[in-house]
Amino acid sequence: MDFRLNEEQQMLQDTVARLVRGEYSFEKRLEFSETEAGFSEAFWGQLSELGLTAVPFSEELGGFGGGGVEVQSVMTELGRGLCLEPYLQSVILGGGLIAQAGNDSQQEQWLGGIASGELKAAVALQEPQSFYDLNDVATRAEKSGDGYVLNGRKAVVIAGHCADLILVSARTSAPNSGDTRDADGISLFALSPDTAGLERRTYPTIDGSKGCDITLNNVQVGADALLGEEGKAADVIEYQSGRAIAALCAEAVGVMEVANELTLDYLKQRKQFGVPIGKFQVLQHRMVDMMSELEQARSMAILAASVADVEQSDERRRILSAAKNVIGRSGQFISENGIQSHGGIGMTWEYNFAHYAKRLIAINHQLGDDDFHLERYANLLQVG
Amino acid sequence: MNMNYTAEELAFRDEVRAFLDDKLPADIAAKVKAFRPLTKDDHQRWQKILSAQGWYATHWPEEYGGVSWSPVQKHIWDEESSRYGVPRSVPFGVNMVAPVIIKFGNEEQKQTYLPRILSGEDWWCQGYSEPGAGSDLASLKTRAVRDGDHYIVNGQKTWTTLGQHANMIFCLVRTNTEVKAQEGISFLLIDMDNPGITVRPIITLDGEHEVNEVFFEDVKVPVENLVGEEDKGWTYAKFLLTYERTGLAGIGLSKAALAHLKQLASRRLKNGRPLIEDTTFSQRIAKVEIDLTAAGISNLRIIASVEGGGVPGAESSMLKVKGTEIRQSINDLARRAIGPYALPFVEEELADGFDGEYLSDEHAAPLSAHYFNNRKLSIFGGSNEIQKNIVSKMILGL
Ligand SMILES: Cc1cc2nc3c(=O)[nH]c(=O)nc-3n(C[C@H](O)[C@H](O)[C@H](O)COP(=O)(O)OP(=O)(O)OC[C@H]3O[C@@H](n4cnc5c(N)ncnc54)[C@H](O)[C@@H]3O)c2cc1C
Ligand SMILES: Cc1cc2nc3c(=O)[nH]c(=O)nc-3n(C[C@H](O)[C@H](O)[C@H](O)COP(=O)(O)OP(=O)(O)OC[C@H]3O[C@@H](n4cnc5c(N)ncnc54)[C@H](O)[C@@H]3O)c2cc1C
Repeated sequence: MDFRLNEEQQMLQDTVARLVRGEYSFEKRLEFSETEAGFSEAFWGQLSELGLTAVPFSEELGGFGGGGVEVQSVMTELGRGLCLEPYLQSVILGGGLIAQAGNDSQQEQWLGGIASGELKAAVALQEPQSFYDLNDVATRAEKSGDGYVLNGRKAVVIAGHCADLILVSARTSAPNSGDTRDADGISLFALSPDTAGLERRTYPTIDGSKGCDITLNNVQVGADALLGEEGKAADVIEYQSGRAIAALCAEAVGVMEVANELTLDYLKQRKQFGVPIGKFQVLQHRMVDMMSELEQARSMAILAASVADVEQSDERRRILSAAKNVIGRSGQFISENGIQSHGGIGMTWEYNFAHYAKRLIAINHQLGDDDFHLERYANLLQVG
Repeated sequence: MNMNYTAEELAFRDEVRAFLDDKLPADIAAKVKAFRPLTKDDHQRWQKILSAQGWYATHWPEEYGGVSWSPVQKHIWDEESSRYGVPRSVPFGVNMVAPVIIKFGNEEQKQTYLPRILSGEDWWCQGYSEPGAGSDLASLKTRAVRDGDHYIVNGQKTWTTLGQHANMIFCLVRTNTEVKAQEGISFLLIDMDNPGITVRPIITLDGEHEVNEVFFEDVKVPVENLVGEEDKGWTYAKFLLTYERTGLAGIGLSKAALAHLKQLASRRLKNGRPLIEDTTFSQRIAKVEIDLTAAGISNLRIIASVEGGGVPGAESSMLKVKGTEIRQSINDLARRAIGPYALPFVEEELADGFDGEYLSDEHAAPLSAHYFNNRKLSIFGGSNEIQKNIVSKMILGL
């Protein structure tokens, strides 16, 4: 057994760490967050110049051929910097869906751009009623001539406001039961945000990022917008969401590392009653619990990374749900107890801890919260 | 044992309900129920209505214009007003400094300040905490040096809630550095219009401006503004804190927040069914409702025990800890109930007069921010760890 990164993986992680440390101070992050894009185009440019946006893509595409562990290295460091760039949305999810479902010409058209950072993708998979269930799709795509007409609404599309390409799930066949949560009948479409009838309502998110809701009002697309086989996208979506879950877990670990470092520093520095507050045993034990939670999260992030790119199986599903459940719970624990350990300072905008705390809570609302994944895990237990 | 209200208490409850049905402005109640921020004007509008009814000063003796409600009556008022969406009184004037002035102030201070609190002419804030004195309040450093008829005040207060609206601040200041920390503190009433006072906003993690830093630079305060005796302020400060803590359990507020949560969970969908019918989520709600029931009875037991007079002791610290934990859990569930819509923060939906289309629904917009903002409940008013220290010392003798 060896849990260490190999030399190349370590180099990759060091590269990202150096870049983030050099370019992404907390003050700059606040500034980036306030811009229209909600992140730094310049930093995105640096990520791509160093080839980091190409990490998970195959070598034929000019990629790095990286898998779960390489993605983990990148995401952990982006998490440490609380980076706002749409790496998860564009590279992992967008790129992943096209790489798995796209035909040769679609891959040729888009993947190179995603890998080089020139093209940003976002995914519109959830809907107002879907509550994390990505098979709960009410948006419809009706056949019309050679193409399709899309109608519906997609919810909380992170980074959708600035994407050049939006991947939308829609139902192409009426499910037999009339149930909108049927896995069968879901298709994926790649849309340009400029398509007539596509409207975006952009908003900031609680963790300093940006997203949008998208309404599709008689949006007409050609047959070439369909990604993969008609009606068969559910498996692809699930598989790629699994990769994204592993990536989010790695990001969360980076966020938690810094959150714990900041808290520990504060316990050593802040004096009350003539001693550093870290001398109070309740705070010591709480800090120990926070570290233990981080260790649990780190273990699960490693496990999740190890299955991110393997063939789909119930074991992979179980592991990813277990990881997301642990990350959700440990993230909330560290967020809440970190604020508490800081007293009033932990409640302020100006001090970076609060922003780490908010990102941890936000991560629990992406790709299913701890309850959702606990249930999913429990259901898989029953199946075997 | 009798856990039921008496006939008089029931009649009082009907009176409260009739008043609230009649007088509580619908726009204010709607904001309170949806956890949207209130403006200074909202607070003042409601305070005038309460004052006109003679129900504003529920901690004061009648001779000063208060209502001497029994603890049970106060409890009924709390319950009903939370249920109706009554704004929580900004406590610093009416519930904090006023009882101190009534108990320890001189006649002139009573005559000057109490009527102005009742009429809403003065807006008070609390200048206790300092950058270096939080949990260890007695280590405060703001100095007040006697110079003829005045004190010259220098120093800094922090976390001053709603100080941006206030024209008066009650402060703990150090008047003697030669003695033990607790013995050299005085209680001063300071007009915020005095030259030398600067108020600077602190923005909290949800982007709100609720707290401030207050700087004092050679501020001249007339000696008449000293409450009680010089160097004896710690006694008055502690007296005030028992009043502060009694309200902090917030049982009524938790009940209102729980009712809101259940409505929210009845409207949101999971697997095509109302979230409240979902096993995992309904069990989470059930658990917090059970905890709240227990805390509600504990609260009543404390209320009943002081029915004959007196203020609650260290028991109120236990209740503060439980009460704030419960409210934070309810806030947590409300955020969870909106699923991915916990992420968007659409500030314009929180503004007065918003008449656009809500992104999700009108209740979703403030919930994440509210969850983060209420992390303060376990920190302010003496953080929960300090409450536990008090209980272990006062009740357990540890
Ligand atoms: C079933 C069983 C089998 C055992 N087998 C063996 C054996 O084979 N050989 C052997 O040598 N011993 C054995 N022990 C003894 C065991 O190691 C001790 O019970 C243990 O070290 C705790 O000591 P104590 O019981 O004296 O409790 P104490 O040390 O008196 O502690 C009492 C409580 O106070 C807490 N406490 C103490 N100090 C602190 C502190 N500084 N901060 C916070 N909390 C504190 C403890 O955690 C504990 O909860 C056994 C004990 C049990 C119960
Ligand atoms: C939103 C908000 C509004 C506020 N409004 C006001 C106001 O209007 N006026 C005013 O005067 N003050 C106000 N306060 C200040 C509040 O009372 C203090 O924040 C509180 O007393 C804690 O002090 P601190 O923030 O300095 O934390 P610290 O005292 O630095 O404590 C940091 C952490 O260490 C813990 N800790 C400290 N000492 C011990 C110990 N001995 N044992 C165990 N744990 C310990 C604390 O519980 C906390 O978790 C407000 C605070 C907030 C956040």
